[in-house]
Amino acid sequence: MATDSAGQSAPLRVESSGSETILALSGTLDDAAVALCWSRALGAARTSQGPVRVDCARVDSCGGAGFALLVALAEMAEERKQSFVVDGLAPQFRSMYDGIDRSKLGQAETPQREKYGPVASVGQAVADRAAEWREETEFVGEVGVGLAGLGREPRRLRLREWWVMVEKAGTNALPIVALISFLMGMIMAFQAAMPMRQFGVDLFVVNLVALAITRELGPLMTAIVLAGRSGSAFAAEIGTMKVNEEVAALTTMGLSPVRFLAVPRVLAGIVVTPVLTVYSMAIGVAGGLAVMMMLGFPLATLMHQLSGSLRVDDVLAGLIKSFFFGAVVAGVGCLRGLQTGAGAAAVGDSTTRSVVTAIFLIVLLDAVFAVIYYQLKF
Amino acid sequence: MQEEKIIEVRRLSAGYAGRTILSDVSFDVRQGEIFIILGGSGSGKSTLLKNMIGLYPAMSGEVLIRGENMIGAVGAVRERLLRQFGVMYQGGALFGSMTLAENVALPLEECTRLPREARALLARLKLQQVGLGQFADYLPSETSGGMVKRAAVARAMALDPGILFLDEPSAGLDPITSAELDELIRALSRDYGITFVIASHELASVYAIGDRAILLENGGIAAEGSPVQLRDNPPNDYVRAFFRREPERARAA
Repeated sequence: MATDSAGQSAPLRVESSGSETILALSGTLDDAAVALCWSRALGAARTSQGPVRVDCARVDSCGGAGFALLVALAEMAEERKQSFVVDGLAPQFRSMYDGIDRSKLGQAETPQREKYGPVASVGQAVADRAAEWREETEFVGEVGVGLAGLGREPRRLRLREWWVMVEKAGTNALPIVALISFLMGMIMAFQAAMPMRQFGVDLFVVNLVALAITRELGPLMTAIVLAGRSGSAFAAEIGTMKVNEEVAALTTMGLSPVRFLAVPRVLAGIVVTPVLTVYSMAIGVAGGLAVMMMLGFPLATLMHQLSGSLRVDDVLAGLIKSFFFGAVVAGVGCLRGLQTGAGAAAVGDSTTRSVVTAIFLIVLLDAVFAVIYYQLKF
Repeated sequence: MQEEKIIEVRRLSAGYAGRTILSDVSFDVRQGEIFIILGGSGSGKSTLLKNMIGLYPAMSGEVLIRGENMIGAVGAVRERLLRQFGVMYQGGALFGSMTLAENVALPLEECTRLPREARALLARLKLQQVGLGQFADYLPSETSGGMVKRAAVARAMALDPGILFLDEPSAGLDPITSAELDELIRALSRDYGITFVIASHELASVYAIGDRAILLENGGIAAEGSPVQLRDNPPNDYVRAFFRREPERARAA
């Protein structure tokens, strides 16, 4: 289509008469036609030795792309200090073309954005981090005060909304927690049974699974699942409220967003996580026992081994942790939600941050508990 | 040419989740006119607009754009129809991570084969048409509400559509900015022959720009005609109440 031969549909013909270069355009100059001839037209103008004339006598209609082509040719000619004319353009397109103010096209303002040098950016980062710590400390304090306030005045809890939070974070998490815990117990039992069988101690896999699940993996896996599905949901929900100025509305009504939004969610986290953790422990151990039964141990033997090895202390050790994990997961979700900036991307950012921070803090807290329990010989 | 029907809405019914909001609405939009969809809050202006552009599935009826039905169109037909119009959403709906010029250039990048320099230049030309030439490199968050809306108009025009749908162009704008936007709409209609379909309830702006209007009420069309004519000779009490801002009469009607 885009040939120099006088094909019917060619939108551009390049001719020269004397030193003058003539670009004859024809047909409908829409984006498809202009895309075909753009580089050839500009190429011809770039190599022209004299004045450039664009002949538009056979142009039926001219769209935005056509005008862009004419403007680009005009700019090119101006740059090369050659005379440039457009003729034959139908009157209605002529007036549109004349309406384009080329002098202003090149001069877009550069928006003023603050740019820091290396030293200043380090300083800014430190100041930002300090402000964030302050904010986080205030948040922890305010949630604490809010929870204590609820203890004194339980009626201030909006029970119906709170119940929905408990249902979403707790009841609805049952299937996934069950699945993960059961598989976790199975995998652990299976992996341990093979090497331990070589020493003839494969019955002790029960001890191993029971201890690991109740003390560590039950609480940990539950908390991580909750960070992924509930903490992030809190962050996205509160983040969207912040973007929609609902958080600002609470503030101007004299209600503290932390007490109104975060405290009930943290309370829900604290209530729900231990329940889910115990559930996860039971199912995890059941998963381990299932594998042992597949390996040929009778259930009675396994139960006897289990009751002989598992102490209440082990379950308690896991349970105590889970209260803190619940508070951390819900608290981090709410905090990241409240820290959301402006725009749609900010909600995504705070959701990501809530999950990352929550998982990091859970693992950190777990390490702290390991040290404490060791010191207490618990 | 002036009388040619560019959009024909035929017995359109629409709603959400079993609730009918519009029932059996029929009207025409003529080539080159500025057509206003009027109505109180909740009367279905946005619903009608969004059904006309195929964003929501209508319950029944058809929307013919240059003779082709938008309702239920798929594949190549839908794509051809989409190329015929541009849409400005209420809040502008510019992408926050892109500058104004990049926003306008996006449809050019995705839907045409124009080279990069052509796209950049065309985006600037379109922004100049809406009076934002010098703000091409600004992010939407660095500009005002009126500028965002004008940039949204520029983006809607990027592919030279014959029809522009505007959802509440005056919403949230001060009187001067709103009047500037009206001027822009009139100029685009005059200079480029673009047909406008505008959902609005800003009466001052409607009188200034509207060639013809329909007034929606209770899921149907309460009146049709030029806005000034509807104001001066209201055919019924609701229309009178709407144009004269008389809530008591509206409640009675």
